[in-house]
Amino acid sequence: MLSLLRKIVSVGRVAEPAPPRPEPAAADPAQRIRTLRGSAQVRCVDAGSCNGCEIEIGQAFGPVYDAERYGARIVASPRHADVLLVTGPVTRNMAEPLRRTYQAAAQPRVVVAVGDCAIDCGEFAGAYGVEGAVADVVPVDLAVPGCPPAPDQIVAALRRVTGR
Amino acid sequence: MSAPVLVSLAQVLLVLLGAPLLVGAMRRLRARMEGRTGGGVLQPWRDLLKLLRKAPLHPQGTGAAFRFAPLLGVACSGVAAAAIPLLSTRTGLGAGADLIAVVALLTLATAALALAGLDTATAFGGMGASREMTITALAEPAVLTAVCALAAKVGSTNLPAIVAATLSHGARPASPANLLAAVALAVVVLAETGRLPVDNPSTHLELTMVHEAMVLEYSGPDLAMVELGAAMRLTVLLGLWSALFAPWGITTTADPARLLLGLAAFAGKTLLLGCLIAAGEVFMAKVRLFRVPELLAGSFLLAVLAVSASFFLA
Repeated sequence: MLSLLRKIVSVGRVAEPAPPRPEPAAADPAQRIRTLRGSAQVRCVDAGSCNGCEIEIGQAFGPVYDAERYGARIVASPRHADVLLVTGPVTRNMAEPLRRTYQAAAQPRVVVAVGDCAIDCGEFAGAYGVEGAVADVVPVDLAVPGCPPAPDQIVAALRRVTGR
Repeated sequence: MSAPVLVSLAQVLLVLLGAPLLVGAMRRLRARMEGRTGGGVLQPWRDLLKLLRKAPLHPQGTGAAFRFAPLLGVACSGVAAAAIPLLSTRTGLGAGADLIAVVALLTLATAALALAGLDTATAFGGMGASREMTITALAEPAVLTAVCALAAKVGSTNLPAIVAATLSHGARPASPANLLAAVALAVVVLAETGRLPVDNPSTHLELTMVHEAMVLEYSGPDLAMVELGAAMRLTVLLGLWSALFAPWGITTTADPARLLLGLAAFAGKTLLLGCLIAAGEVFMAKVRLFRVPELLAGSFLLAVLAVSASFFLA
């Protein structure tokens, strides 16, 4: 316990200084997103990804990028969620669970497609197990391109929702 | 309105407004110790206001138990806040401010939420409800026995009377019976508020959840009430603990200046206890569910020792 305390004191704060605030999401979602100002509970849905994006999302909420300081927090249930972070091409088996997860979240809800696969199926386009991109299954509000996207881009997308 | 009623109203308002701030401060401290920055002290209030703005959503097949449990939880904590002498021993509930009644009120909120968990008819809801009831059933004997030790000395289970008696005897908080009862109740407070090592409030793993598993189906304004109720419960239980074992600052009058002093003392003590819990949690892992009974049995043993000490060492 003492060594852990020493570690806490010597390491201090590892979170990087906050980059400037990205401009809030304009367009149609503005009205809905304004309701979420300052606070957004996030539920991750892996619709068939290779787990690369999950690792980056994990980093976005880790100590270095620390998305929690902008009011985003990962929750355990889609009922608690305002934001769905969907990764990967939607596989046939995950299409229905994804639709149900979307239905389970209370209005207003925001869907963020994370990674190239979620946006246009990427590497897996046309594969026999793939139903389509996320936008073919549920309406997408924001997209974070990249394979995988860097944690700071995921954080920037979340900041556009929370406006902080 | 008479002064004691106003004191009770002030206590309820204070707990209602301050509880989310306490949770925010605890999360902030924990984030800082983990090297993060954290969401800030006001974040729980932002979350609550956001949730209140969201559309209500009731899962298919849920009924009255699901609908009313969140409101009952807030109401029970509110009444407990009115009864416990947080600022002054002259609270508006008079003889109704009974220690056993307060414990029963808080248990009523637990039972209502457990019923709501069952009402959702999901696997995790039922599992969480069964676990919560197991823990409550083990914690209640320890509470009531510790209460017995405190009440035996004063000859009353009336909370203001117990606190006033402690205040008039400066050395009483250090008596063996009080110290044993303090440790026994501290363990129970951790169990009842769903903190480590009994339950992990920030877990995302359904299989390890206790309190969280019951509330998985809540959303929007209902979830706001559940979270507010949980925060108020934490504040009320910390306030109860500090009123019983560290009552310094609580006034025996309804004098405004003394009340302000009491308010500062209450805020300081609650924040200190909350930060102690949050800092302790960084060094601690959750114990296995099957070892929780051992922990609570230890708490019960201390409570029994407190009762015997209050009779034999008085």
